[in-house]
Amino acid sequence: MSSLSLALRDSSTMLRRNLLHARRYPSLTLNLLLTPIMMLLLFVYVFGDVMSAGIGGGGADRSAYIAYLVPGILLMTIGGTVVGTAVSVSNDMTEGIIARFRTMAIHRGSVLVGHVVGSVLQSIASVVLVGAVAVAIGFRSTDATALEWLAAFGLLVLFALALTWIAVGMGLVSPNAEAASNNALPMILLPLLSSAFVPIDSMPGWFQPIAEYQPFTPAIETLRGLLLGTEIGNNGWLAVAWCLGLAVLGYFWSTSKFNSDPK
Amino acid sequence: MGSLVMPTSKLSGPQSPTAVSTIGLRKSYGDKTVLDGIDLHIPAGSVFALLGPNGAGKTTTVQILSTLITADAGQAQVAGHDVATSPDGVRAAIGVTGQFSAVDGLITGEENMLLMADLHHLSKREGRRVTADLLARFDLTEAAKKPASTYSGGMKRRLDIAMTLVGDPRIIFLDEPTTGLDPRSRHNMWQIIRELVSDGVTVFLTTQYLDEADELADRIAVLNNGKIAAEGTAGELKRLVPGGHVRLRFTDPAAYQAAASALREATRHDESLTLQIPSGGSQRELRSILDWLDAVDVEADELTVHTPDLDDVFFALTGDAGTPEQPKEMAR
Repeated sequence: MSSLSLALRDSSTMLRRNLLHARRYPSLTLNLLLTPIMMLLLFVYVFGDVMSAGIGGGGADRSAYIAYLVPGILLMTIGGTVVGTAVSVSNDMTEGIIARFRTMAIHRGSVLVGHVVGSVLQSIASVVLVGAVAVAIGFRSTDATALEWLAAFGLLVLFALALTWIAVGMGLVSPNAEAASNNALPMILLPLLSSAFVPIDSMPGWFQPIAEYQPFTPAIETLRGLLLGTEIGNNGWLAVAWCLGLAVLGYFWSTSKFNSDPK
Repeated sequence: MGSLVMPTSKLSGPQSPTAVSTIGLRKSYGDKTVLDGIDLHIPAGSVFALLGPNGAGKTTTVQILSTLITADAGQAQVAGHDVATSPDGVRAAIGVTGQFSAVDGLITGEENMLLMADLHHLSKREGRRVTADLLARFDLTEAAKKPASTYSGGMKRRLDIAMTLVGDPRIIFLDEPTTGLDPRSRHNMWQIIRELVSDGVTVFLTTQYLDEADELADRIAVLNNGKIAAEGTAGELKRLVPGGHVRLRFTDPAAYQAAASALREATRHDESLTLQIPSGGSQRELRSILDWLDAVDVEADELTVHTPDLDDVFFALTGDAGTPEQPKEMAR
């Protein structure tokens, strides 16, 4: 068997294992879904009037704020899902079965690839679920062309892939599930510090660089542009560059951690 | 002291190929030396037991030989492949059952087995057949559809070994296979290991139980503080240490005193009224002891003959095992 087909076969076996885990124990995934949905409902129905007054120079109604909010919430959903990835990778590494995998003649990277692909699929499923809630409360993206929809989907997948590889690395360096969930906290905090809820130019001047120079803001702006027709500008390239950079970094970090001797 | 049962497997002749060999294997963690130059030579088709107290380096040895960790120095060949330069060659030939359960607790026993079949690239049909066979052989058919996390310790260990056997490995590493098992599960495990050997598999076993090594192994190496303290068959090891004696127990203090003064070479244990006389246990030696007792007209309430066993060997070789800074067994 060639090494590529060996890699594909073992990775798909590992993917099946991870999907089986997710199906048997869905509570972790569902818990992580709760946060973005709560945020969405909270910001629309509780803070909605004040927030919508703050964008578009006043005058904007609640549906305008829903439109502003949803792209950020969708990316936040991905951030939340990969916290689960970090926790489950860290849990998995404490299992004896990983030691067994290491002593078997299987493709070395398949264990991690199985986690990554499984987690990206879960992220996409979560985004679809949260997106359905958004549509139910009035989010519409009627102006987007099929091509823009496709690009938006591609961006979400790429973003999920990048964050997942980073989360896998975080899971590998964490000695236990609690540490993993703490280490992965930036995945939840960064969207709160981005342009997800309010435009960057409405933030205090000293804070604006923090919101601007991080992966969520360009990704959110790009998604907003694709779905709602706002100005994308440089954000498209910035978002893709962030995603590729994080994915490559996460990949090399994770594989080097996994390949080193277990402690 | 344990009865001696001859190992059930045949001893391999000099012409049989080598399954495992190491030269000067070393490993340290920080400034703590775990393995300090291990040389091993294990013929194919035999059972080898690495015996030692906690922290002696047994698990580290298995981890190096099974390619889980790398040695700092030395050479190791398993199934003709160097563990450092050809780990995948080693991995294809071995099966490993570690000290800690290597089953996926979140999925069922059957799913664990099918996972192994997939990773060994068996066809779907072949995978199902092997899974059903092994589950039946290890008495797990009834529990096959239950999550492995709900299994008892003995069941988990059986599933663990069943998973190890899926790829039909020629060399099997068993790291403390019976630690933590109740006596019945322990004897079941011994039976399983004997069956493996009768199929011609080489078994590398670690244990801290002397009777286990005595029962199963063709050759035994005693590992202490990262070094092989002694190596040989159970019989050879037993000959290394003196320890044979005859023990006489009395209930009457007067008879005890009379016997003690008649048998001058005996070691006295006044509080238990027993005498211990060095002896190889031969008929002639026993008769002379009995003659001495008859001569002073005393009768012992109990006479027992002790031949040296692995306990004597073990304690003689690992005498410093009680030092305060005894290292802990390396956890994976």
